[in-house]
Formats: sequence, structure tokens, C-alpha cells
Amino acid sequence: MSSLVLCASVEILTLRSRPKAALGRRIMATETFHTLIARNKRNSFILIGGFMLFFIGMGLLIGMVWGAGEWQFGATVAVIAAGVAFVLTLLSFYGGSSALLGMSKAREIKKADDPQLFNVVEELCLAGGTPLPRIYLIGDSAMNAFATGRDPAHASVAITTGLRRKLTRDQLQGVMAHEMSHVRHYDIRYAMLMAVMVGVLVMLCDVFLRSLWFGAGSRRRSRSRDREGGNPLQIVLIIVAVILAIIAPILARIIQMALSRQREYLADAGAVELTRNPDGLAGALARLSGDQEVLEVANRATAPLYIVHPIKKFEARASSIFSTHPPIKERISRLTALTH
Amino acid sequence: MTALTIAIVVTVVLAVILIALYNGLVSKRTRCRTAWSQIDVQLKRRYDLIPNLVETVKGYAAHEKETLEAVIQARNAAIAAGTVGEQAQCENMLSGALRQIFALSEAYPDLKANQNFAAMQEELTSTENKIAFSRQHYNDSVGVYNIATQKFPNNMVAGMFGFKPEEFFELEEPEQREAPKVSF
Repeated sequence: MSSLVLCASVEILTLRSRPKAALGRRIMATETFHTLIARNKRNSFILIGGFMLFFIGMGLLIGMVWGAGEWQFGATVAVIAAGVAFVLTLLSFYGGSSALLGMSKAREIKKADDPQLFNVVEELCLAGGTPLPRIYLIGDSAMNAFATGRDPAHASVAITTGLRRKLTRDQLQGVMAHEMSHVRHYDIRYAMLMAVMVGVLVMLCDVFLRSLWFGAGSRRRSRSRDREGGNPLQIVLIIVAVILAIIAPILARIIQMALSRQREYLADAGAVELTRNPDGLAGALARLSGDQEVLEVANRATAPLYIVHPIKKFEARASSIFSTHPPIKERISRLTALTH
Repeated sequence: MTALTIAIVVTVVLAVILIALYNGLVSKRTRCRTAWSQIDVQLKRRYDLIPNLVETVKGYAAHEKETLEAVIQARNAAIAAGTVGEQAQCENMLSGALRQIFALSEAYPDLKANQNFAAMQEELTSTENKIAFSRQHYNDSVGVYNIATQKFPNNMVAGMFGFKPEEFFELEEPEQREAPKVSF
């Protein structure tokens, strides 16, 4: 229960800090990318840890209702749910990248195809001490870039030809640094893990609510009437479980989106750590915010991996709690604060 | 649980922690050394690229002989340099000489339009960046390693096994910190 409140309060804090700076965290003059990185990692830890507790808690609760108040049954359900989530995560780990790149019409390039892009990425690998990822060009005039891969040794970065043509060398380096920071911070792993956990949780709540409709919890009522004080507790348990099972999917998505935004800020700070040049990425983001075109090959499933949300109408409502990316103005102001 | 069992468990836990700390220090120190050798790799890359650049420019700007010769001399001096300080100074002069060659392209539009020259310019810009980034990475690795040797409880392990803090890559003389001036 307390993990639920904790997660909700972290999210409310982030909500309030955006429109009015009164309660939120201003960027102080002494902020460096080190402190930004530390703060973002802490927030991610809180969000993921809180969500895992929430997940186990829901499993336990639902299991207890099904098992008429026995916590051993609850524990079994929680363990099975966690096991399913673990197996699905492993599967998506090893299958993920090629499917995504195939969907996006990406073409791998060698050094001779685009020496400047290749050099830019090579320089970043030297700065970060990571191996060279595979580099892809997406033939689309919209401006966007993304990264995929479970760790730096198995990574790919991609950029659209539209973005490639319109940026200066420093801005290009800022964008590629942002993408490579996602890989270095294992953001793709976190995103897969969260997606699987949210998916299993939603399924579990769905199955639970349907099972109640078909009378699973009530089948045991005749037996539990014989127990002392078992009946009112059982009803309270069912009511609480139903309320939570309805809210849980929404709450889970809010937490997932909050984590996604934290990781975007972290990737921006990581890009500065690599290039030591906040103006490059800030300039690229400013150019991106002016672009009205919609990326044709993207869809909602692949959206969180892009540098800005590829479907423009979401960008306009970017201060909503359901958006995967923070507002661009906020990202630019955090970056420019680092130059003073 | 007897006192003996507890003692064994505690010893095992301590041993595991000790091993983890030691291995952490070893990998951080190795990273520093790898980063250091990487700087040399990038410097050599620059030495190899320069003769090609001079050949490309010669065809278009025959009467800029002094500028071209200055570059070749600076390159040879850098290769022959002895101490780290001397090498850093020669590298700086070489950067300045190269910048003068790129400034030449403003005066000779044919040179500027030449595809080879443009490709060369990108390669040399990239090489300068790579040298800077590899130095940056070396300093970052040294920073991480030095923090690790001095934090508690790592500093005890570091003292026991002789892990000393590494030195940062720094420019020794104040003149080297000034960007070389480009003159026409």
C-alpha cells in the first residue's frame, strides 16, 4: 500500500514542477551534469522499486481473494506472475532489436556511405569507452532518431535522413550522444522490463475482475461462514481488490510514463557528459521543436524509443502525465542552465 | 546457531565483499591504462593523415610552400618528441599549422570545391576531436578510479594491495593552454 502512495507522490511532484516552478525543482546555478545524472538515477530507482512492490502486492492481494484469505495462495499467485514477467522479459531481450529495425525501414550504413555520421558516432564511442554500435539511416523526411539494444555491445542507433540533413555537426553529435546515452544507461532494458510488468499486471487485473464476475470469490463463502470473523474480512478484501484492480492498470501506465520521462532527462544529461557541449543538443532540440512533420513509419508502440515523440499531437499535450517524453522547452532550459 | 556457524558465515560474507572491492579497483585501473594507450592510437592516426593532406593541397596552392612545409616540419617534430610535455607542445603547434591550411581554402575557391579536400577536412576535424575525446575519456577514467581508491571502505583494500591514484592528463606549461593564433 505504501509503495502505491510513494509512487503516486513521486508522480505528483513531477506534475507540479512543470507548469509552476513554485513547488518543483528549479535548476540551480550550481547544477552540473553529475548532479543531474545522480538525481535522475535516484528517481528511476524509486519508481522501478516502488512499481515492483506494487506488482507483488497486487499479485498477493488477488491471490488471497481467490484463495479465500489464505496468504499462501496469494504468495503462489504473486510468484507465478513474477515468473511469467521474467520469462517474457528474457524473450523480448533477445528478440527485440531486429524486429524494430525491420519495422522502421532502416538501412545500415558503413563508413564510406556517410563519413561524417560515422566519425561523429566513433568520436562518441571514444569519449564513452563503448564499442561502436551499428548505424542505420531511415529514409524519411521527418526529423527523429532512436537507439535500440540490450547493452552497449549489442546496440544500434538510427537517424532519419530528414534530421541528418538539417543539423550542424555539433547538433548531430548532440543527438547521437543522447541516443548512445540511452544505450549506456541500459534504458532499453528498463523500458522492456516495465512494458512486460505493466502488461502482466494489466492481464492479471483483467483476469481477476472477470473471475469475480463469474463468482470465483463467492464460491467459498459457504465454507468461510463457518470460520470466526472470516466473512466481513473477506468482503473488505474483495472490495479493496476490485477497486485496486480497476485503478491499477491506469496507475501502472502513469508510473511507466513517469519513468520514461526520467530516462529522457537522464539521456540528455548523459549526452552532455559525453560531448561536454550542452549547446549542441539544445540547438538540435530547438530545431526539432520547430518541425511539424509526422514520422510516417513510427507508431505508438515504438514511440518511447525516439528522441522526440514522433506523433505530433502528443507533443502538443506534452505536460500530460501520459506522455513518454518531457516537454522540449523544459529539456532545453535544463541544458542551457548547464552552460552558466 | 552455534558461535562457530556465525563466525564462518561472517568470514565468508567479508571475503566476498573484499573480492568484489578488489575486482572493482582492478577493472577501473585497467580502464585508465586502456584509455591512455587509446590517446596514442589517435595521435598516430593524425600523423598518417597529414602527408595525404599536403599532397592534395600542393596541386592547387603551389605558392603556399611555407605553410605546407611548416606542417610537415611540425608533424616530424611531434613524432620525434621525447617527454610527454614536449609531445603536448608539438601537438599544439601541429594543430595550429593545420588550421592555417584550412584557412587557405578561403583564399583558393578551387581548393574549397575539391571533393578530396572536403573529405580530408572532415577526416582531420574528426581526428582532432578524437584526440580530445580520448584525452577526456582518460581523465574521466582516472577520476572514477581515484574516487574509488579514496572512498571508504575501498581505501582500505587499495592500501592493502597497493592501488595508487593515477595522474590526470594536463598541459604543463601555461603557453600550451592558449589556442594557437591563425595568421594569414
